[in-house]
Amino acid sequence: MTRVAVLAGGRSPEREVSIRSGHRVHQALAGRGHEAFLLDPSDAPLVEGLASGRADVCYLALHGRDGEDGTIQRLLELIRLPYTGTAPFECQLAFDKVLAKEALRAAGVPTPEWATIQAAALKDLSAGRILDVAAERVGFPAVVKPARSGSAMGVRFVDREAELPAAVMSALSFSDAAIIERKIEGTEVAAGLVGNPAEALPLVEIVPKSGVYDYASRYTAGATEYFAPARLEAEIGAACAREAARSFRALGLRDVTRVDLMVDRQGRPWVLEVNVSPGMTETSLLPMAAEAAGIPLETLCERILEAALARN
Amino acid sequence: MAEFSVDPYADLYARRTSGMSASEVRALFAVASRPEVVSLAGGMPFVQALPREDVLEVVRQVVVELGDVALQYGGGIGHLALRERLSELMAEEGAQADPEAIVVTAGAQQALDLIGKVFIDPGDEIVVEGPSYVGALSAFGAYEPRYVPVELDDDGMIVEQLEESLLKGARPKFVYTVPTFHNPAGVTMTTARRERLVALCREAAVPIIEDNPYGMLRFEGTRPPTLKSLDPHNVIYLGTASKVFAPGVRLGWAAAELGVIQRMVLAKEAADLCGSNLTQLIGERYLSGDRWRGNLRTLVDTYRSRRDAMLTSLNEHFPEAATWTHPSGGFYVWVTVPDYFDTSALLAAAVERRVAYVPGTAFYPDGRGRNRMRLSFSFPPEEAIREGVARLGNLLADEEELYRSLRR
Repeated sequence: MTRVAVLAGGRSPEREVSIRSGHRVHQALAGRGHEAFLLDPSDAPLVEGLASGRADVCYLALHGRDGEDGTIQRLLELIRLPYTGTAPFECQLAFDKVLAKEALRAAGVPTPEWATIQAAALKDLSAGRILDVAAERVGFPAVVKPARSGSAMGVRFVDREAELPAAVMSALSFSDAAIIERKIEGTEVAAGLVGNPAEALPLVEIVPKSGVYDYASRYTAGATEYFAPARLEAEIGAACAREAARSFRALGLRDVTRVDLMVDRQGRPWVLEVNVSPGMTETSLLPMAAEAAGIPLETLCERILEAALARN
Repeated sequence: MAEFSVDPYADLYARRTSGMSASEVRALFAVASRPEVVSLAGGMPFVQALPREDVLEVVRQVVVELGDVALQYGGGIGHLALRERLSELMAEEGAQADPEAIVVTAGAQQALDLIGKVFIDPGDEIVVEGPSYVGALSAFGAYEPRYVPVELDDDGMIVEQLEESLLKGARPKFVYTVPTFHNPAGVTMTTARRERLVALCREAAVPIIEDNPYGMLRFEGTRPPTLKSLDPHNVIYLGTASKVFAPGVRLGWAAAELGVIQRMVLAKEAADLCGSNLTQLIGERYLSGDRWRGNLRTLVDTYRSRRDAMLTSLNEHFPEAATWTHPSGGFYVWVTVPDYFDTSALLAAAVERRVAYVPGTAFYPDGRGRNRMRLSFSFPPEEAIREGVARLGNLLADEEELYRSLRR
């Protein structure tokens, strides 16, 4: 039996998702006899709450800013409390799509062509024409995303140049930088990785009924069909798993990660992003991947916890 | 290979649920309801002002003296003593209704749902204002109508647009309007337009739904006639105790012609058998006598000061290119910003700066309103309103700068 503080909630736009993830993780760990309790860092004085020796370890079910970007991780390092998931610097790297994509490209992992638009560059460096250059470089259709956000929030699909400024404005509402990324047409899959060294879970194929895997498709039960393992040819599935594992290593991740990929019409995998704190809600992908491997949610949460405890 | 079914009934749900999905904006409201965020979003009445001792005394009386009735089932049409009281209240607003022509509902919101159920077949046309009360759009939306859009301006619904639509062959089942202190627009329909609307609808034999939750919250000026007083037969009037008493008692009502009331009562009985006798009797007792009027005066004074704080702050902090309405009652100011703003997308940045509002698209059935927002002054204290408007003004200024740099 371990005393576990399940951290969930927070102030990021993904607060609601995190609360649902945390609730499920809490139930799962309590169900295995751990002394688990939920802690919302936006409600409770965190350092005092944790420093009093109530917890042996923190399970991080926070999503988005502060929870996935190294902030909470640095805090926990400071008070020397073990926690699940990736270390601060690598969290920061993985959470920022600009940095992550640069690191992935440097490691030879295929990631769609992109251009970065930083609010500061637009305002202070008079880089307004940068949008035309970016559009030319990336081409259309494109996807505009906030550099640092999750759950597809602030993401817009853009078919022509005229739509670009509004989409960039929208993405910049969520983050101080946006990326304009070439849209890959094909099959969307998610690769779950658990433990150190990482064990690959079966790929989950995502088929949103609306055609777009946006916030509504992600969190409305029944709005998206999922297939696990994904309905891909064996070599293509293996290539996806390979690129997911390479991403995991290249970015220095640990314990648990979900890698989101697109398989294009030619069967080539492209890594879109990695998530150091994957969703654990009823409609989330990682628990589905585990279930496809015969791993119940309780065991999944325990394995993640054990990976963290094994470090200490 | 296994298909993962998150919801095994996904293919069984009725078509009318297709719009009922999770949304980014709703998720952001989860953060917006945090205490450190100044929420100019929700239209919550200031219930803190209620005289708790008076309410407690009423509750005591109802339970102790009238418990046998209060704790029992009642009739679908509602408790007679309350309906008599509501009829008197309506008379104060210049609207006549016999207690037998009134059905008590769970807030006026239930009346909207019952009206949808009674009048709308899938594909039927109905007229709603652009913008319109979001709760009416959700209530009617479940019955799958087609919307005939009619815009409004500072003088309320642009009745000429309705006239044009009717001339072009629109045959709406009804016209829905909040003519006084509009939600979300804050505007009030002029007497001339009221008269025109009533005449037009009578001629076309199209009933008007007059939703009047805010009528008694007037800060200044004279009251225009209610639509119901201009045409007692062709207007279905909706009232609520939420703003003059408390939303927690869930008391609203509809006053209409016999045929409408009969159908609404049967529809209500099908939905929930009857309203709560307990809260109906509490409402009846609270609204009897005159003590509640003292509280109403306090509320009106409070809301007026808050409205003033909001309008002053808007002048001070909002960019030149923004415009807004100047309500003389009710809860809301409706802001229009330049076209290049998308207030839904902007909400994330606003919440990040600890202020929240409701994005304009919520108030249209068809995606319009992207460059509009509703600000509510009913709940936050003046100081919080000033702070919230300042935060929002700074954000808009920064966004303007960003937009200009994108255009350079």
